[in-house]
Amino acid sequence: MSAASRSTPKRTRRSSFVERTLVDIHHTLEQSLFAENTARQPGLLQGLDPRLKILAMLLLLLAVSLSRSLLVIAALYFLTLGLAYFSKVPLGFFVKRVWLFIPFFTGIIALPALFIVPGTAWVHLPLGLVITTTGVQTALFLLLRVGSSVSVGILLILTTPWNSVLKALGVLRLPAVIILMLGMTYRYIHLLLNITNDMFLSRKSRLLRPLSGEENRQLIGATSGTLLSKSLQVSSEVYLAMQSRGFRDYPRTIDTFEMRPVDWAAGLIVSLVFLAAIWLGR
Amino acid sequence: MSKLPSTLPWSWQRFPRPLLVYYGGLGLWLGTTAMHIPDGYLSPVTSIIMFLIVLPFWVMGVRKLREKMTARNVPLIALLAAFSFVIMMFNVPIPGGTTAHAVGGALAAIIMGPEIGTMAVSIALVIQAFFFGDGGILALGANCFNMAVVLPYVSYAIYQALSKNQPTLSKRRIVGAALGAWTGLTVAAFFAGFEFGIQPMLFHTANGTPLYAPYPLSISIPAMVLAHALVASPVEALVTALVVAYLQRANPSTLEFVRKPEISPEMSGFAKWRLLWIVLAVLIVLVPIGLLAPGTAWGEWGAQQLTRRGLAFVPQGMAKLSGLWSAPMRGYDLPALKNADLGYILSGIVGTIVIGIVAWLFTMLVTTRKPESK
Repeated sequence: MSAASRSTPKRTRRSSFVERTLVDIHHTLEQSLFAENTARQPGLLQGLDPRLKILAMLLLLLAVSLSRSLLVIAALYFLTLGLAYFSKVPLGFFVKRVWLFIPFFTGIIALPALFIVPGTAWVHLPLGLVITTTGVQTALFLLLRVGSSVSVGILLILTTPWNSVLKALGVLRLPAVIILMLGMTYRYIHLLLNITNDMFLSRKSRLLRPLSGEENRQLIGATSGTLLSKSLQVSSEVYLAMQSRGFRDYPRTIDTFEMRPVDWAAGLIVSLVFLAAIWLGR
Repeated sequence: MSKLPSTLPWSWQRFPRPLLVYYGGLGLWLGTTAMHIPDGYLSPVTSIIMFLIVLPFWVMGVRKLREKMTARNVPLIALLAAFSFVIMMFNVPIPGGTTAHAVGGALAAIIMGPEIGTMAVSIALVIQAFFFGDGGILALGANCFNMAVVLPYVSYAIYQALSKNQPTLSKRRIVGAALGAWTGLTVAAFFAGFEFGIQPMLFHTANGTPLYAPYPLSISIPAMVLAHALVASPVEALVTALVVAYLQRANPSTLEFVRKPEISPEMSGFAKWRLLWIVLAVLIVLVPIGLLAPGTAWGEWGAQQLTRRGLAFVPQGMAKLSGLWSAPMRGYDLPALKNADLGYILSGIVGTIVIGIVAWLFTMLVTTRKPESK
């Protein structure tokens, strides 16, 4: 359901916590690089106005969430597949990214619902287990909704550079300070990931034997503490840098977005899809 | 709450014991992940309500940022958010060969205060949701409430209570940090379980098929709370305590950022009674736990319930008086809604607001305003 879903390195016996964290860090950096790359290549969704894309994403998420019909939710999922195809997002990656990691946990959570949601019996299994039709429906609702929602969200980030997403968040009336902080956070996540990577690598290069639990805990405390101190230090340096460049308590951005006829048309289509999904899936 | 037709009768009898044990173990394992709720678990109505609940905390944070503090806090919050994000990637080894990760919300609150902790963890969660599909986008309100509001405020309150007036290097600070982090995350897990648990009650199809998270409160709350209390919360406590201990050795000035909040006489009523307000809000949110309890409060039986309880007669005076007043929300229900559970929750909220207004009017009447001393 969360970060642990990212941590599925091939386990050669018991890998140490240092190695696992290193793998996670690389995985995250790789993901964000990949997203920036696909977002910058030409494609269907890449050409649209980011503001429109954010609103469209929210509409589609709402449609997935509001619909009471499994067929409609499935149709919305296939719509994201089509959009991914025409936006030149590698389909294998797109499907795997969604169905391999996140709903893996949801699947485990949904499984017992098959048996314990009361309803008419559908399949009798050994051990006295009975799968009910309502149970199957419930589990499918959960899996399809989670899978489709994650697909919609990932589609936005794979077709829009992060900076444009941030700027476009202005349409949601987010205060400029928040948008500024979101941008800074994203930028400094990469710096802190690199710092952490260096700390763990240097530690790993000095290890002669596996660490004991106690030593591991000491290592975690020291690394996290150092990282926190460094974060605070960097923040005051960033502040000084902002001051020296004339930051006056209020961020300003050059808004260059422009809605073209294509964007309006796309907006119309998404609105129609939304209304159709709500009406058909009521 | 006399009759409580549970919308979904759950049958544990049909569920063999080995499977129960299996899922108990699985629950523990799931507890190693923090509670990033994906989209699809919560109904849109719940998501919107959760956004509305978090909104004041965000407004408070932004306002504090604009008014009181300098622009220095902009990079500070950004870096703390980045720190929280990176901390969530640290795989802490736990007994049994698996790993769990901390949220870092308790640490941010202890170092910088709960308001800034809320902002920092919220921003980290927004980036996780948008960029890494970790936690839903519509569910951001719920996730921010659990991990960016409940966790920092609860941990901070406990840390402050235990380490008040203690020197920077005292051991009590470490204990306070650990206890605060453990309690904070466990309470947050409780709220997550609660948000899951009300879904099948409120949102299901005509034949009772749950539309969102399928398990009722009686399963979801114990599952979330137990799994977190045993696994994820100890990890949060461990990381928080280790870092506080490390900072005491290596960089004690960091622990002195937040001073004890001084209550000045000109502070607004809200600030003075902030803790009380927070506790009150938590209690209101907890109201629907009453849905779990069968029967009526002891001694609060109406005339009909008394006869049902085997009392041969109803005292005459009581019988006469019982028809005198018919409450607008009889039995804590709004019949127009046709949903007993929703009615119960709504009547709780309405009741609290009415009592609040009455109490406010009363205080206005009895207290005379002090003349301005200028």
